[in-house]
Amino acid sequence: MTTPAAQFKTDARRVAPDLRHRDIIQTAMGKYETVRDQRKSGFQDWQAARELAARTKFQAVNHLDQYLAEFARKLEARGTKVHWASTDAQAREIIFSILRQKNARVIVKSKTMTSEEIHLNSAMVKAGYEVVESDLGEFIVQLREEAPYHLVFPSMHLTRGEIKDLFAEKLHDAPSDNPEDLTMVARRVLRKKYLQADVGITGANFAVAETGMVSITENEGNARLTAALPKTMITLIGIEKILPRLADLGLFLPMLAVMGAGQALTCYNTMYGGPRQPGEGDGPEEFHVVLLDNRRSALLADAEQRDTLGCIRCGACLNVCPIFRNVGGHTYATTYGGPIGSVLTPHLRGLAQWKHLSDASSLCGACTETCPIKIDLHHHLLQNRRNGARVKPGWFQKIAFKLYAPIANKPALWSLATKLARVGQIFQKPVIGTAFDPAAAWTKTRDLPPVARQSFREWWRERK
Amino acid sequence: MSERENILARLREALTVPAQGHAAGLPTTDEQRRVLPAVGATADEQLALFQKNAAELRADFQPVRDHAELEAKLRALAGTEGWKKIAAHQGELAGTTARALGLPVLLTDRSPDKNELAACDAGISECDALVAQTGSVLVTSRSAGGRALSCLPPHHVVIARREQLVADLPAAFELLQQKYGANYPSMISFITGPSRTGDIERILVLGAHGPKKLTIFVV
Repeated sequence: MTTPAAQFKTDARRVAPDLRHRDIIQTAMGKYETVRDQRKSGFQDWQAARELAARTKFQAVNHLDQYLAEFARKLEARGTKVHWASTDAQAREIIFSILRQKNARVIVKSKTMTSEEIHLNSAMVKAGYEVVESDLGEFIVQLREEAPYHLVFPSMHLTRGEIKDLFAEKLHDAPSDNPEDLTMVARRVLRKKYLQADVGITGANFAVAETGMVSITENEGNARLTAALPKTMITLIGIEKILPRLADLGLFLPMLAVMGAGQALTCYNTMYGGPRQPGEGDGPEEFHVVLLDNRRSALLADAEQRDTLGCIRCGACLNVCPIFRNVGGHTYATTYGGPIGSVLTPHLRGLAQWKHLSDASSLCGACTETCPIKIDLHHHLLQNRRNGARVKPGWFQKIAFKLYAPIANKPALWSLATKLARVGQIFQKPVIGTAFDPAAAWTKTRDLPPVARQSFREWWRERK
Repeated sequence: MSERENILARLREALTVPAQGHAAGLPTTDEQRRVLPAVGATADEQLALFQKNAAELRADFQPVRDHAELEAKLRALAGTEGWKKIAAHQGELAGTTARALGLPVLLTDRSPDKNELAACDAGISECDALVAQTGSVLVTSRSAGGRALSCLPPHHVVIARREQLVADLPAAFELLQQKYGANYPSMISFITGPSRTGDIERILVLGAHGPKKLTIFVV
């Protein structure tokens, strides 16, 4: 069996030199950067806004037990059933028991990365339910039977031509490769599903403790319909999504829109505080909220990286990350990709198996600089490397440092080594980039500059 | 022990180790206002800003002087769009104006049939507020005829009063709290332009799943 680390290397090696992939991602990210910066400059003080957002989340995360209890209490007071799941298996079982109780057959879903985390779709399909993703990007990747490529833009790796071919093959309906025509195909197909569906499943971006509401941010209206038409609504949400007060959304909704999609505000930002209330014309008869821990409490216990729980999943750190842009979203093979995924995944799935993600970083800090919540991402990557070396140091690393340390500590040995390197390079020339080259991992795809004829120390001595 | 107790116990245990970081205390509304996009001080400036935002969002914004002009403009819209059946909720602005068109009207106040609603050409609703800062229409399940009316028909028509315009998002949340207090509607939604997607090559397409068109009348 290949390990996640080996798989990562293989996929990264395949995707990084793929010029077509690079072209698609660069174009999409270029558009994003332009609108994001426009919107950021619309704020009177973006840096101060980040500070306020970080302060709010700091307060929420560091009193998570109190806010979470308040959130659940307020929801229950207005007829919502709140369920608590420590593990992914428990969350699936809770959802299945609701589906059984409701005799559900057709389920319509709006975008939820948390359901990807607990592998809900494959479990529901296996159990015989008809499950339809309603966000256009999610719908596309569901038809392709693959995972979302990006937290916010699930199908950003596909061209309109590929989507047209996909629709022609799976839906037998693809009038052209015009994005508008393709969107209307999906609209027609999904309209029927909203009306048929017995149960609607959504995720949520925020959980408001003060008023007991979940808040859902979207552009398409698919979550609105998912929460309006089926008789039963289920919202699956990680316990860290807490915001203390309703008014906090006044800051978080626009910041999420700016960083997520370069919009001042997304098209629909909707808060749900219960099932249909007396006097209301429509809405679900039952509203279930499933709260998922799935090792988030363990991350909370790590005071050093606790701020990671403030993440609002805007995807901004993915968009600026040189590694993400080169290796692509699928190479991570995780629910959450990019810098935030590299920090989170070792906590969610185990450090020994997933520490390689923290090595796949240049530690340039672009992620930390862009994060609207000011999560210290690149230092957390560094901490994961430190923790990873404690858990399971690589043999190569161990030997390399054992050899390196004495040489680097003795100037005479160091100077000898640099001289030998000059000689070594002569022998390297005929085999450069091949399997016989000890530096092949580097030289295969990059130039290795020649070792200088004269070291700095030699030059300094001569100058005197 | 229930899972609720298990999870809360783990959280309490985890939080016994304090984290280094930001000064405690939640930001005030004033602090929020100092960082969010500027809105202008006067009502006229804010109306102009709303209009500019609506245009950018490709919403159709139509200020009208009185009920007579509202009815005339709505009738003209119904004609050009070729509406055959519309949906609305009871209310001085939405229901009364909708019925004046002389078209069949589906009212959504009491458990409307969802297939029938899906077949309507337009949904006409009132709102709680218009937000100048973002060009948003604030609706709730109580003020705007439930959850589906403003989202299921392909054209959403909002009828608002001039005095419903608020400056910014903090003001909208203040208004909600004053109006509903401990008895919030089950759905509150900020609608910012007609439904849209950029999921195919990040090219903007209007009318993904919700309305393709949004018309906002301000009396």
